[in-house]
Amino acid sequence: MIISPTIAALAYLVSAVCCIMSLRGLSGPNTAKGGLYYGVFGMGLAIVTTLLLPGIESYGLIIGGIALGGAIGAVIAKKIAMTALPQLVAAFHSLVGLAAVFIAGAAFHNPAAYGIGEPGAIAIGSLIEMTLGVAIGAITFTGSIIAFGKLQGFITGKPLVFKGQHLVNAVIALSLIGLVVFLCLTESVTIFWMIVGLSLLLGILIILPIGGADMPVIVSMLNSYSGWAAAGIGFTLQNTLLIIVGALVGASGAILSYIMCKGMNRSFLSVVLGGFGGEAGAAAAASHGDKQVKIGSADDAAFILKNASSVVIVPGYGMAVAQAQHALREMADVLKREGVKVRYAIHPVAGRMPGHMNVLLAEANVPYDDVLELEDINRDFSQTDVAFVIGANDITNPAAKKDPASPIYGMPILDVESAGTVLFVKRSLGSGYAGIDNELFFYDNTMMLLGDAKQMCEGVIKALDH
Amino acid sequence: MEQTTDTIVTTTTVIDNPLDATSMMIETATLMPALPFFVTGLTVFVLACFVGYYVVWRVTPALHSPLMAVTNAISSVIIVGALIAAGPAMMGVSKLMGFAAVVLASVNIFGGFIVTQRMLAMFAKKKKPSA
Repeated sequence: MIISPTIAALAYLVSAVCCIMSLRGLSGPNTAKGGLYYGVFGMGLAIVTTLLLPGIESYGLIIGGIALGGAIGAVIAKKIAMTALPQLVAAFHSLVGLAAVFIAGAAFHNPAAYGIGEPGAIAIGSLIEMTLGVAIGAITFTGSIIAFGKLQGFITGKPLVFKGQHLVNAVIALSLIGLVVFLCLTESVTIFWMIVGLSLLLGILIILPIGGADMPVIVSMLNSYSGWAAAGIGFTLQNTLLIIVGALVGASGAILSYIMCKGMNRSFLSVVLGGFGGEAGAAAAASHGDKQVKIGSADDAAFILKNASSVVIVPGYGMAVAQAQHALREMADVLKREGVKVRYAIHPVAGRMPGHMNVLLAEANVPYDDVLELEDINRDFSQTDVAFVIGANDITNPAAKKDPASPIYGMPILDVESAGTVLFVKRSLGSGYAGIDNELFFYDNTMMLLGDAKQMCEGVIKALDH
Repeated sequence: MEQTTDTIVTTTTVIDNPLDATSMMIETATLMPALPFFVTGLTVFVLACFVGYYVVWRVTPALHSPLMAVTNAISSVIIVGALIAAGPAMMGVSKLMGFAAVVLASVNIFGGFIVTQRMLAMFAKKKKPSA
């Protein structure tokens, strides 16, 4: 069966509406499942419609390709540990970027297939759109790979900065524009791939200077870029479905980036320019040398927790790294049986991607109603007996409220210090990812529990059982 | 290219028709739909950005991760472009790149939707038997 372009366009419209409904559904807990099905249906419809277009002949190859990719994707998605979710999402973003590069390349080599001209005689407008799509795609590709490397630990999470970095980026960006002009004049294949190469390089250079703590912003930003790349390809191929979906994804990612930036009280520009923390924080760390830190054991913690009437748990990236979410939930269950009121407080930028902590707690079967956002719980800390901070650091640092010189000054934090006692589970007394010393460690009502988050929770459970 | 040819042809007919200049102007004006695709595309793009903004703006923080996974999956709708490139029977650079893009986008589509489904299942299951 072959369908006419009109029918195809209408089917694409239905598909685009499904994608809108999908995002709509995903924005609330009760409609999320429905949203997922809309998305799957919309995608299926788009693929089937395209396969029925005239000009598609090699079905075997295509079905094989979809089966191969689908199998790889399915296996990865089923096997991946929820703690590795940020890396997975970054890796997936890179694939969209690379696919966009390939599609733009295919369109450049065979424009006739898309009805945008003949090889060597592509309309200038299409060429500009094509280079836009290919450049954003290439930046998304390498940028996401670097983000993946940082999240996975292949590349240091510390910001990698060198002198004249912004100048180099600016020169590359300008040369890209120059090359686009050149491409429009000559339509040379070499120049096309030079544009690709430079964009790939730019993607690496943009993400390298960004530190681990800024990753939630970067992951959302790359999410947004993958959408813009799709929209760019949509302009190139003159396909409104791609433009609509690309714009939706781009807008959604941009909103998430904005929410993450707000969670850190930083401007998007300052995050993108990178180089947060580092040496400045290390210098400040020395000044606390003479102050006393109270260090406790799992038994001490168990005693304090057991005698509390309300506990608020503040999880952070350290909990994800130690895979401590299950042990933590068990500990909370034991406390609940003892009659302690246990709740969880989530900071918007806790973890390495938006909503990271919520997913991990959900995985560990923590009831949805026990998990509260910053605005909903912050007032309650003063009436809380124990704040149990596990693997979080910067998001509890009172310097954000008191010290205008601190790099995180102005960032909204969880006011754990107003709780009766602060139990702080941490591997060492070192500074957080932002490289900033946390004065909370030296407070009278703080007790440090040094050790692996998971082992500490298990230790507390054991002590509670006695 | 085709569109421009169309306009020229129709405009010629109008001139052949011995009517006054105004009607000719109106005729040409109604023929304006021969706009470049870019303008239509841009209109759609801007409107879709607004739709995206209003749809996603009030998302609950707990669903940030699933939302990101789903948007990641649906941005792979570029597979449409990949299919067209991979479609022709004739082998060539373009077809090979199209095929590669089909595979990459498929990884994303299946992976993105499945991982979203896993996440949502976690959020759903703990609603019923809470401890």
